[in-house]
Amino acid sequence: MRRRAWRAGGRRRGGGPRYPGWLALPAAGWYAAFFLVPLGFVVAYSFAALEGYAGIAFAWNLDNYRSLWDPLYGGVFKRTLGLSLFGTAATLLVGFPFAYWLARYAQRKTLLLLLVVVPFWTSFLIRTYAWLIILDPEFPLFRALHSVGVVGADLNLLYTPKAIYIGVVYNYLPLMVLPLYAALERLDWSLVEAAQDLGDPPWRAFRRITLPLALPGVVAGSLLVFIPLTGEYLIPVILGGDKTVFAGNLIAQQFLEAHDWPFGSAIAVVVIAAMTVVLVAFSRIAARQETQGG
Amino acid sequence: MGKRLLKAHALAVYVFLYAPIAVIVVYAFNSGRQVLNWDGFSTKWFGEALRDNTITDAFRNSLLIGAGNALVACVLGTMLALALPRLPRLLRLPLDALVMMTLVTPEIVFGIAALVFFVETGIPLGLKTILIAHVVFNASVVALVVRARFTGMGEELEEASYDLGAGPIATFRQVTLPRLAPAVLAGGLLAFTFSFDDFITSFFVSGAGTTTLPLRIFSALRFGISPVINATAVMILALTLGSVVLAYVVLRRSSGGREGVSAVPGL
Repeated sequence: MRRRAWRAGGRRRGGGPRYPGWLALPAAGWYAAFFLVPLGFVVAYSFAALEGYAGIAFAWNLDNYRSLWDPLYGGVFKRTLGLSLFGTAATLLVGFPFAYWLARYAQRKTLLLLLVVVPFWTSFLIRTYAWLIILDPEFPLFRALHSVGVVGADLNLLYTPKAIYIGVVYNYLPLMVLPLYAALERLDWSLVEAAQDLGDPPWRAFRRITLPLALPGVVAGSLLVFIPLTGEYLIPVILGGDKTVFAGNLIAQQFLEAHDWPFGSAIAVVVIAAMTVVLVAFSRIAARQETQGG
Repeated sequence: MGKRLLKAHALAVYVFLYAPIAVIVVYAFNSGRQVLNWDGFSTKWFGEALRDNTITDAFRNSLLIGAGNALVACVLGTMLALALPRLPRLLRLPLDALVMMTLVTPEIVFGIAALVFFVETGIPLGLKTILIAHVVFNASVVALVVRARFTGMGEELEEASYDLGAGPIATFRQVTLPRLAPAVLAGGLLAFTFSFDDFITSFFVSGAGTTTLPLRIFSALRFGISPVINATAVMILALTLGSVVLAYVVLRRSSGGREGVSAVPGL
């Protein structure tokens, strides 16, 4: 059950009561018309060029991609990759011990899990701009820390890359915790205890038993954090003051300010391509994990 | 070993998760005009927010889009969830992948794609385009939540209904829906929340004349945070927190079990 929510597919038997397949048509049609076709338009646009002031000519060449091959944009993509990797690693580092505690030791798990889910389902925008208040040097906590000498008077995180990093960990943490918890919650802790009884030190029992069994959760969580981060837009705009540019911001700039939709589309296609590569790689790993796990 | 350390860490995580929300709520009640200068307790900013037409209009738009979304997404998502488990592999796997894609694709990519699409096809931007775009990912939300429940249901009652001559529609109405209703309701509430809170997609497909509440807040942020914005944010938080908790309670109450727990994180 638990697995199903994360991984597509599953057995056919026990798939629930029998219903005709055509029921999938309206949703499939909606996806085709308003998701796949629009993405197709973006791909087509990426081969077009601006014509005159606002016109677009379908030149069907690679000019947009060629202009992307510029150190300036290379830096943006590298920074974006860095942000995605950082976000994945940091949420894993913070989220794993948390999910471990929740799955193994916590009482009233349901309530505690709900407390993780709830912030995730509330406004991304509001939760992000809240950090503008917290990171403000005038925020009481900061002033208190300053007066006891913990932080320097000149510490101002607002509109810096550090603020972006904090916002990323904050917003993406629940996405990492939930699949980790789902994996750890099914874990049979007596296996870990048995290993320790037989002489494994705790860290080795962790490495040999807990970690391999938690791996599907790690994979799912990493996907859910990494992929959306490749197009992160709002956090750099709000907490970074729109000064540090990532791929998502570059796309938005092309559409909102430069009005070069073909070029913006080319950047979006690069993001989609990167996302597809990551998805395929991860699903390969997951598939191998499954066959090994038996 | 380390159990207390883990507990302390967990506590810190909860503080981390709730501190920003708490900060907004606290400062919304600050009577001072400057956000960070505490000047006594007051609820006046809530009144001010509710008297501001640009806020109440945006609020009405968000409610309309959210409710419309919940409705359409429930119908599409539920139908999909019913059909999906028994589709042949060749159709099921791509559809499954599509459902996941609509949820993980960076929103900026989807936002500009929808914009390009609406402009190219000549559909005028406005409430309708926001609704159409939101339904894409919300149908997936409903499909995941409903499916988690649906696949765990026994099939005997439906088979009996078919044997007695009922068609799929009658069977759905009389046999499946009563058992599935909590999941559909929960999915609908989550779709409403998702739509109500959405910023990026709305930002690109709203066009010039249409504003939703998150768009209104974003444009206000350009001039800095104000107590009125904090008060508006608190009202949004109350509404969406309420519907998420309600969705969760509905799912758990009815299942007596746990699949709800896994379905909601299904995102």
